[in-house]
Amino acid sequence: MKMKGAEILLHCLQKEGVDVVFGYPGGAVLPIYDALYDSSIKHILARHEQGAVHAADGYARASGKTGVCIATSGPGGTNLVTGIATAYMDSIPLVVFTGQVSSSLIGKDAFQEADITGITLPITKHNYLLERTEDVARIVKEAFHIARTNRPGPVVVDLPKDLMEKSIDFEDNDDEVQMRGYRVMKGVNSGQIINAAEMINQAERPVIYAGGGVIASEASAELKEMAEKMKIPVTTTLMGMGAFPGTSYLSLGMLGMHGTRCANYAVGECDVLIAVGVRFDDRVTAKIEHFAPNASIIHIDIDAAEIGKNVDVDVPIVGQVKEALRSLIPRLQAREELSEWHQTISRWKDEFPLRYGRPSEGRIMPQHVVEKIYELTQGDAIITTEVGQNQMWAAQYYQYKEPRTFLSSGGLGTMGYGFPAAIGAKIARPDMKVIDIAGDGSIQMNIQELGTAVQYKVPVVICILNNHFLGMVRQWQGLFYNGRYSFTDMSHQPDFVKLAEAYGAVGIRVTKNEEVEGALREAFQVTDRPVIIDFWVEREANVYPMVPPGESPLNMLGGELDE
Amino acid sequence: MNKHTLAVIVENKPGVLTRVATLFRRRCYNIDSLTVGTTENPGISRMTIVVEGDNKVIEQVTKQLYKLVDVIKVIDITRESAVDRELVLIKVKADNNVRAEIVQLVDIFRARIVDIGRNSLIVEATGDRGKMDALEDSFRPFGIIELVRTGKVAMVRGSK
Repeated sequence: MKMKGAEILLHCLQKEGVDVVFGYPGGAVLPIYDALYDSSIKHILARHEQGAVHAADGYARASGKTGVCIATSGPGGTNLVTGIATAYMDSIPLVVFTGQVSSSLIGKDAFQEADITGITLPITKHNYLLERTEDVARIVKEAFHIARTNRPGPVVVDLPKDLMEKSIDFEDNDDEVQMRGYRVMKGVNSGQIINAAEMINQAERPVIYAGGGVIASEASAELKEMAEKMKIPVTTTLMGMGAFPGTSYLSLGMLGMHGTRCANYAVGECDVLIAVGVRFDDRVTAKIEHFAPNASIIHIDIDAAEIGKNVDVDVPIVGQVKEALRSLIPRLQAREELSEWHQTISRWKDEFPLRYGRPSEGRIMPQHVVEKIYELTQGDAIITTEVGQNQMWAAQYYQYKEPRTFLSSGGLGTMGYGFPAAIGAKIARPDMKVIDIAGDGSIQMNIQELGTAVQYKVPVVICILNNHFLGMVRQWQGLFYNGRYSFTDMSHQPDFVKLAEAYGAVGIRVTKNEEVEGALREAFQVTDRPVIIDFWVEREANVYPMVPPGESPLNMLGGELDE
Repeated sequence: MNKHTLAVIVENKPGVLTRVATLFRRRCYNIDSLTVGTTENPGISRMTIVVEGDNKVIEQVTKQLYKLVDVIKVIDITRESAVDRELVLIKVKADNNVRAEIVQLVDIFRARIVDIGRNSLIVEATGDRGKMDALEDSFRPFGIIELVRTGKVAMVRGSK
């Protein structure tokens, strides 16, 4: 059958099970958009390409499916870069299609030409520049295969305009993907599983350190089974929030720079550290020589290159987390108690709970807002965050019970991620409440997406913890730069309530503690448009506790009541 | 620092060299030399990369290379019994007074003279890296006008 390249592309997307794409049209993708016009694939028109790619990312994180977005050549592609890098750092499966100038113009500095495969080379799992229309079907198949298997990640496919316009005789086939250099990881080394089991069976002070790999591998149930069988306390990374229920008595909360003292102390004292789907990021380990100094380390990860990258491990297990845990669990001898270790841990929990002070007049404590959100949702919501203080408070003061309910730019730390990601998440999971916990700085980085959320009637709730500062940078300036608040005062800002209304969204301002609950309840009632709640929070509240940069994770600052 | 020789078997596709080079730059690995060429299979190219680093670095380099979709196989042939060769072209000053001496040196190194100019010669030689270094040192006193080395290519001995 004669088909245009663009038609073949959409046909292949449907075969991959894609029902929604996020995008922004332009000259070089006109043929694709022309084909989309008649397609049953739903297209969400963002207001900026960065919004489109973060929305696709939020969609992927919330659903576990591969997110898809489309942008035009040149600036369309370059506007995606931050979003692609965000997905890459957090191992999120995305397939990103960019338009390219026509084949004959490539390399001629044509209008809106940018070397997007070159630009995205170090921030993609793989990328393609299409050379023949005949290759569309194979490349799309490979792109999805690569994006979602092994350690997931973004794949960019650059599509020259003429090749999308060109018609060829197309015959569909169901050939398997064949790539000599890429194989899907199957199985785990049983020798190492036996070693790991022995080590865990003998451990007196074990800790599980779980990360995003548990979520990517859909292994939360196995993780819970192992922890409960062996009574092992679990701390999660930012990316691992929700991989293990924060409400469990075995949960230590997050570890690392703004983790709980309890989690950091437990890692500091443990004799066996079971690292599952993690990469020993510097925000977790702090000064690496002081990280888990007494522990034998078992490291389970799908990516062999992560093993031994930052720390030396005693038992490396390369493979799917789910598969590894499944073969490990039967070899573990169930324990009744680990009483001494648990007593130590409860003592830390009692002695060092997360806590915060009282607000000044006309302000609210930001932590209180997050606690209220938890109280009202009971964890049955998807929380997205921006980056900075809002992100840390969202991680600290909300208990995540399920995987895929906490969406945050962990690796790249992208301000402006949370709101578009919330839109994507809500489209993926219309049954769930979706709340973006934002800062006044971050929200302004992609606030134009209010247009998208209003157009498609996406009822997400944006809770701005508005301290009129770039709070996290201000906090560091306060602690480490003699309080010289260099360009972090953002007092000059729009009236967020009026701004919401101008877009056709709902805007609410809250400046008193007693109004917090009412505002949230009101916002949760809205079902046909986004809501901004502008919480005026204590201007100089800090995120505590904190491991100062370059310090041992045991030397945490703050968290006492007088702050 | 140890030098390791990696044979990297890759898809013969545009951009593969960039992917490999970008990986080395991005992860701050030091490339000592890199050669690339076709193999007996037209779909496959072979790179010979000499990289500096301890075993831990080489392990990371190898694992990171394997993550590239276009990389099919990585073989560390440093410790293997391998044949390695480099080709060098040297344009050396050679007036009548020293020509005989140079020709003698060329014989000793089993090199070849491939061009004769009025006051210079171009010498071509192949051999392992040590021999090429020695050759370069021997010609230096005459005055090297221009020198180019291909970088190392290597192959494991025997039927492996």
